[in-house]
Amino acid sequence: VAAADDAVTETPPRRTIGWNARYALRRAGFIGLAYALLLALSLMILMPLGWMITVALKPDNVPVFTLPPQWFPSEYWEWGNFGRALTDPARPFLRYTVNTLIIVGGEIAGTLFSCSLVAYAFARLRWRGRDLLFNLLIITMLIPWQVLMIPQFLMFFKVGWYGTFLPLIVPAFFGNAFFIFLIRQYMRTIPRELELAARVDGCNHFQVFWHIVLPLCKPVLAVCVVFVFLGGWNDLLGPLIYLDSNDKFTVAIGMANMVTRADPNLNLLMAANLIMMIPAVLLYFFAQEKLIGGIASVGLKG
Amino acid sequence: VGDLGSHHVTEPATARRRARRPRKTKAARREERAGFLFASPWLIGTLVFLIGPIVASMLLSFTNWNLISDAKWEGLENYRDMVGDRNFRQSIKVTLFYAILAVPLFQLAGIALATLLNLRLRGMYLFRTILFLPAVLSGVAVAVLWAQLLNPDLGIINQVLRAIGIDDPPRWLQSPSWAVPAVVLMGLWGVGSGAIIYLAGLQNIPPQLYQAAKIDGARTWRTFWHITLPLLTPTLLFTLLIGVIGAFQVFDVAYILGGSRGGTRGALLFYVLNMWNEGFRNGRFGYASALAWVLVVVAAIVIVLIFRTSSRWVYYESEGG
Repeated sequence: VAAADDAVTETPPRRTIGWNARYALRRAGFIGLAYALLLALSLMILMPLGWMITVALKPDNVPVFTLPPQWFPSEYWEWGNFGRALTDPARPFLRYTVNTLIIVGGEIAGTLFSCSLVAYAFARLRWRGRDLLFNLLIITMLIPWQVLMIPQFLMFFKVGWYGTFLPLIVPAFFGNAFFIFLIRQYMRTIPRELELAARVDGCNHFQVFWHIVLPLCKPVLAVCVVFVFLGGWNDLLGPLIYLDSNDKFTVAIGMANMVTRADPNLNLLMAANLIMMIPAVLLYFFAQEKLIGGIASVGLKG
Repeated sequence: VGDLGSHHVTEPATARRRARRPRKTKAARREERAGFLFASPWLIGTLVFLIGPIVASMLLSFTNWNLISDAKWEGLENYRDMVGDRNFRQSIKVTLFYAILAVPLFQLAGIALATLLNLRLRGMYLFRTILFLPAVLSGVAVAVLWAQLLNPDLGIINQVLRAIGIDDPPRWLQSPSWAVPAVVLMGLWGVGSGAIIYLAGLQNIPPQLYQAAKIDGARTWRTFWHITLPLLTPTLLFTLLIGVIGAFQVFDVAYILGGSRGGTRGALLFYVLNMWNEGFRNGRFGYASALAWVLVVVAAIVIVLIFRTSSRWVYYESEGG
């Protein structure tokens, strides 16, 4: 009964009706089942990750696969594996990390700049063709990007950008339908009064956008930063197409090469894999609300 | 004020329209200019990075261009070649098998998990944090990890299966028939990211409806069937679209788990991987463009079909009054 009192499900029980021993017993059983499920599912997420950390911390000559499996590190703490993965001359993950951060930084700057401007045009300004173009914007979200990869590659190849970060960064400065949509939806929830007042005071459209609207949009811009970071950090296909030398590679390509080309030491492979996961996980813990809220709002507005 | 012309039906249409449109003020003209200016990054980007490439890829798909020699016009040759192309057929098979397996399974699992995470229990924040975690993990990193977990002889999955009495567990990625289910299994591990959207959908349902059902004496299951599910259908439509488009686009996982050749006997030769192979490994950019166009057309047909049927099963609150 105490357990049932502690935890209240979807709608609080109405004590006036049906509050008897059988009801309480059923609720307690239900809650116990829910906790058991949640615990089992959480372990299913955590145990493979724990196994990975265990392997990453093992010395070279220790068997990786054991019976029974070791879910969490207990015996070996070979922290040097991370250093080796970061500075390995054949696959320098430190270099890869810096490269990826440069690309992602460029993408973030480009996305914030272009998408907020365009979103303002769609959210607030009246201009001919706006509604038609907004429909076009929605449709372009449904086009699989991979369809464009060949002509885009040929275009960037002709311009001489093959083997540089530019094909990965520059398109971000020309807007992305998804982020424009996201920011535009947010801008429409901001009350107009402030903008009108600023207009009356003689601000031009850009000043209103820059001084009034943009500061109010910080929450949605943060969501965009999180999404762009994750997308860029985790992207494999783009860098695979455009980058051709080891000193330009990203973390994702480094991992792919490590897995597919050689027969690597599994402990170093898992150490490198953790290096790839850690920034995303850190971001997750610092910006969980933004991230979850962002994904949720996309689902509701889409 | 604006429809001065509406009584003069006999007037030419242009004159009438001109009369109806109020003359733009200076401020309106300025706003018009600002609108174009603000939108110009996207307008330029759409022309250069979207419409240009789409037209180019259509033209390319009729040629045999390979970057080295000059392109030669071949008409529908590339499209005809697909009919007898073993890799093309295999890639269609793999992608369809994956889509049919993964899309409904991920939806069911996502709704089930979201329902569980929507209970008001102590410590739920912690469970949500753990179960949503795969949403941020890269497909590459997860695939690298799961390649080890799915190792047929030493991997943990098969160790567990043997421990519960299955003596001859599947060889997963090394087996032509189990490779795609293995990828789906891996996706199920990350189903928490999909559950975020369903959870938002669930929390968007007005609590009054549940209270009303409770007063009417409806059981949990009936409440779910008659209130939760209908009100969740707009979310379902969204995730169905995202899921189907995503299934057509699988690349990272296939590349990591099966390599560029697409795994054992092409068991992981997903459509985009095959397209990438033809273009960037074999240098057949014309043929790869044709493959891209087939993907566009198929995706478009599926999306239109989903929207067409959606009016029958998607419930919009406003319609109900």
